[in-house]
Formats: sequence, C-alpha cells, structure tokens
Amino acid sequence: MKTIQTDRLTRTFDKGKVTALQEVSFAVEKGEIFGLIGPDGAGKTTLIRILASLILPDSGSASLAGFDPVRDYARVRQIIGYMPGRFSLYQDLSVQENLRFFATVFKADLETNYPLIKDLYDQLAPFKNRRAGQLSGGMKQKLALCCALVHEPEILLLDEPTTGVDPVSRREFWDMLIRLKARGITILVSTPYMDEATLCDRIALIQKGTILETGTPAEIPRRLSRPVYAASAGDMYLLLRAVRDYPETHSCYTFGESHHVQLKSGSPQDLLDFLGGRIPGPVALDQIEPGIEDVFMDKMTSRT
Amino acid sequence: MIKMWLIVRKELALVFRQPAILRMMILMPLMQLILLPLAADYEVKNINLQVIDQDHSSYSRSLTQKLGASPYFKLVEANGDPAMARRNLEQNKADLTLNIPAGFEKDLIRESETALSIEADAVNGNKASLGCAYASQIIGDFNREVREKLMQLPRFNDFPVIEVRSSFWYNPFIKYPLFMVPGILALLVTMVGGLMAALNIVQEKEIGTIEQLNVSPLRRYQFLMGKLIPFWFLGMVSVTLGLIVGYLVYGIVPRGSLLTIYFFSAVYLIGALGVGLLLSTLVDNQMQATLFAFFIIMFFVLMGGLYTPIDSMPRWAQILSSFNPVTYFIRVLRFIVIKGSGISDLLVELRSMLLFGIVLNVLAVMNYRKRSA
Repeated sequence: MKTIQTDRLTRTFDKGKVTALQEVSFAVEKGEIFGLIGPDGAGKTTLIRILASLILPDSGSASLAGFDPVRDYARVRQIIGYMPGRFSLYQDLSVQENLRFFATVFKADLETNYPLIKDLYDQLAPFKNRRAGQLSGGMKQKLALCCALVHEPEILLLDEPTTGVDPVSRREFWDMLIRLKARGITILVSTPYMDEATLCDRIALIQKGTILETGTPAEIPRRLSRPVYAASAGDMYLLLRAVRDYPETHSCYTFGESHHVQLKSGSPQDLLDFLGGRIPGPVALDQIEPGIEDVFMDKMTSRT
Repeated sequence: MIKMWLIVRKELALVFRQPAILRMMILMPLMQLILLPLAADYEVKNINLQVIDQDHSSYSRSLTQKLGASPYFKLVEANGDPAMARRNLEQNKADLTLNIPAGFEKDLIRESETALSIEADAVNGNKASLGCAYASQIIGDFNREVREKLMQLPRFNDFPVIEVRSSFWYNPFIKYPLFMVPGILALLVTMVGGLMAALNIVQEKEIGTIEQLNVSPLRRYQFLMGKLIPFWFLGMVSVTLGLIVGYLVYGIVPRGSLLTIYFFSAVYLIGALGVGLLLSTLVDNQMQATLFAFFIIMFFVLMGGLYTPIDSMPRWAQILSSFNPVTYFIRVLRFIVIKGSGISDLLVELRSMLLFGIVLNVLAVMNYRKRSA
C-alpha cells in the first residue's frame, strides 16, 4: 500500500478551457520525501490542493493512507498537515497564539506533540511573543511548518515552502524535513528549485499538467538518450546563436558559465568543425554528467 | 464548544489589535450620530420669495406684508418686473414667485373671486413643495380675513369657522434628533455587525488562513458561530455607545425600557450578521465585498424609512422595503425610544426580524463551502 497514490487525476479550470492537471498518476512510499519539481504554472499547487481535499478533481482518484480525499475528506484532514504556498497564518497573532490556535483547531495538544516540533519551536522560541506578520520570511515558514505539524500528521503536503526564502533558511528548512522523515512522516513537497530536487528521495518532473518523469534524482538524468555537452567560448552570445544555427542541434541553452548542448546525431567533432569558421578563438566542448534541468530542457524541446 | 470559543477569542484579539478598525468602530459611529441628526433636518426655512405686485392696492400690499412676516419666507426685491423675477428664479436668487395680477383688489371685492399664481423653482423639490404649501396656507388665511372684513357682521356669527389645532403625539415639538437618532443607530448597528463580519471572513479568504481552517476538522457551524458571536457582541457594544451619545448630546432618554431595546438589538443583529455571512460567501476579496456592501447599504438606507416615510412610497417600493431587515429595526427603535412601545406592541416586527435571522443564516451556512468544486 502506497501512502499517497493518484490515478489519472484530471482537473480543469474555466469550464474546461484551462487544463491544470491531465491524467496525473504517481505514488509515494511511506516515509519518503517526494518532490514535485516543475516551473510555475505546471500544476503543482492544483495537485496538492486536490490531495488536501480543498478542491475536487474532474476525474481520476487519489488516496492518502487509504483515504479518498473526495469521499473521506474528514479522515484525510486529520492525517495531513498542509502548508499552502502563501504564508497564511494570522499576522496579528503572536507566534505562540498561532500555534495554540491551530493546535486547538486540530484537536491537538501542544504539550503532547511537543517532541515533534521541539526543534522548530526552539528556533522560534526567542520570538514567541512577536506577531507572526513581523517575522522574517524564513521564520514565517518555520512557524507555518510548526502549525502544520502541531497535530502530528502522517503526511505533510508542502506547497513551495521555500519560495522566497533565503538560502540559509532554505537549508535549515530542508534539514528539518529530513529529520521529520526520520520520524516516519511522509512528505510531499513541491518546488520550482531544481537544486532542491537532489534532497528528495524521489521526484516527479511536472510540466503543463502532466508528469514527465518519476524516479530518484540520480536516475532520472541518466535516462537521457543523448549525451549533454558543456560548450564555452570567448563570446558566449555568439556561441549560443551559432550552436542553435547548427542543423543537428537538439537543444542548447545557457546554464551558468557554459551552454548545455544536446545533439540529434553526429559527433561533437562535427559541431566543432561547424563552429570553427563562425566563432573567433577556441571553443571548449566537454561531455558532462546531466542534471535535472537537462532533463527538463530535453523534454520541453522534444514536445514542441 | 471549546473550538467555537477559541475562534471567538481569536477574532476579538484580532479586532483589538488593529487600532484602525477599533478607531473606525468607535469614532465613526459617534461622529455620525453627532453630525447626521443635526444635518438631516427637513424643516425648510428662509425660502426666498419674490412678489410681483401689478395691482399696487392696499390688499396686495397687506398680502405681501403678511407673507414677509412669516418665518418661512424672506422677501426678495423684484421691482415688479416679470423678466427680472424669472432671472432671479434662474439664478437661484429666489425660490418662489408670487404674481399678483392687476385688478386683484377690484376683482376680489366686486366679483368675490380672483386668481393668484405661484411659480416655484422645483430643482429642490422639497423646498418648492413646502414653499407652495406654506404660501397657500398664508394666502388662505388672508382670504378668510378679507371675507370676514367684507361681510357685514351679523348678530351672531353665522360664518362657521373651523379652527384646526394640531398637536404631534409622541414627539410634540417635532425634534428631529429624537426621530433621526434611533434610525441612524439602527444603520450603525447594521454596519458594525454585518459589514465587519463580512469583511472579516473575506479577509481570511484573502490572506489564505481560511484554507488552513478548511483543512482542519473544524465544523462549518463552529467556524461560522465563532465568527458571529464576536461581531454580535461588538454590535451590542455599538448599541450601548449610540444610546449614550443620544443621551449626552441630544438628551434622548428612551421612553421604553432599555431591556426591550437590547432584546430587539440582539434579535436584529442575528439577521444583520446573516447578511454579512451571506455576503462573505458570495465574494472573493475585500474589494468586491466593499463594493457589494456599498449597494446593499444604499438599499438599506433609502428603502428603510430612515429619510423617507415608507407609507409615502409607491406600492412596489413598500413591498421591496418589507424585505429590508433595517426597515423593521428602524421602526422598532423609533417606537421604543419615542413612543415607549414594549415587546407586545412589536410582535409583527419581532416575527419578521426572527424570520430574517433564520433565513439569512441558513442560506449563509448552506452557501459556505469548505472546498470548491
């Protein structure tokens, strides 16, 4: 029995004109951190909101620890902790008051569940009488996570918890998730940051409402059929245009200090020969270990 | 139960932590109660009257004097020139023109009959109609005097005179504040109770906290009751404030019992809060809510009998105003404050108010969804 399972979930908006999710199926094992990786507008939030029983799917089904969020929504609400993408706690209540409020609403007792939130609470303790609206972005997220954990959920649904949070707080937040995982909590987390993908046990790449790939962050890039090359030269912009002009180029996009190139066919030497007459100075072209982004670029290019 | 009180406590904490809201809730009603009854005075005085006397007789002069002596009119010079009189009317220098035709006195004595004409600037309809009414009344008086003088007095008075003396019951001096304060109080309670509750829930929608509550095992009624109770309480506070201002500023002491006022306020607030809750389920953000509320309040004010008596509205408007909960509360408050009515005199209103409370709240609860389809 998978902890979270969806079967061909479909959801449209505006009377069917906008498709947010199209036949999305995936499964999450108990006690793993499962990442939904995808750009803005990919359908991550819609998916999480369906699982949180906040919106109904048009078709398809889902189950969380065996409960259907459509029919058994009351049970589902007891076993999930949900953290929406936007900071949504009472800005005018203090940290302490927010915690107590949500604990009582969820029929939980702050003291009983204290071990679970102890780490987080210790970090928040110096600010416990401060109003939630006056916390820093990172602190707000920690408080929100604390409030989502206060009733000891089996499953955590986190919608872009680290968006707009500084790198240090992001790191701390993920450390916290890994500690929660060790306590057996299943975590579904969505993020637009590719670097966070490697912190998940398994990930699903989602784009335009469909899941492109599912697997561990290590295995997914290895599934790429074409090798990825990093190209660099003196004039990077000229290089980008020249590579894109090359008829055998599958995809080429800027990635940090180099361009990542995939070729439809032919050897890298053919590309170098092609570039030779067009780019002044030497061109470096090395095969590299592909990353998650490369998978995304590959899939997006293949689809269009 | 515990959860309901938790929401109540949270709501009150949130209200008391927003100084702007608190100020608005206390200061604005006080300002309105102090200013509006003074400004909303229908009594029309100082109507500018011009007389075009083409007769220049003793009768026409004495009529002009009689009009000028009345507290309602101020005479404006027109030099007997009809063109100038028309210009004065157009330029707002005069509100009313009385034309006394040549031969006024002669006709009145010889033919026992003559005609006068009054022209009124009806841009301000109220002023025009009241001005005409006052003028006709004075002319009528003048007419009677003339007839009495012309008739040879008989042995006894065979000219029957009916003298009408009116007295205004319950408000003998027609004090406007006494009439307006209860009405404005009714509106304020509606605003504080209904609108605040609506905006509050919509705000939770906007900042997203409602989602957290929606995924919680919190029941629908717990949430809605938790919202109703604090604003019901605040509504009762504003009734108290209003009564205090009424006493301190206008010396109004309700003739009926305070207990009756609180009883009706308590019942009415349930309906007013129902309006707010229903509104909050229909809109997505505070801007929509405010816009919507604006129109509702317009309807409440103009169709509630605060300014215009409902009895003088056309039939369809009377029917419409019977669907306005504010109508009943304004009536009830006026009856209790001015007339001293008790609950047994106001059973019809009580029934309507209860009905509103039940229907509106049931609709609101039915319409409130913890999730969207």
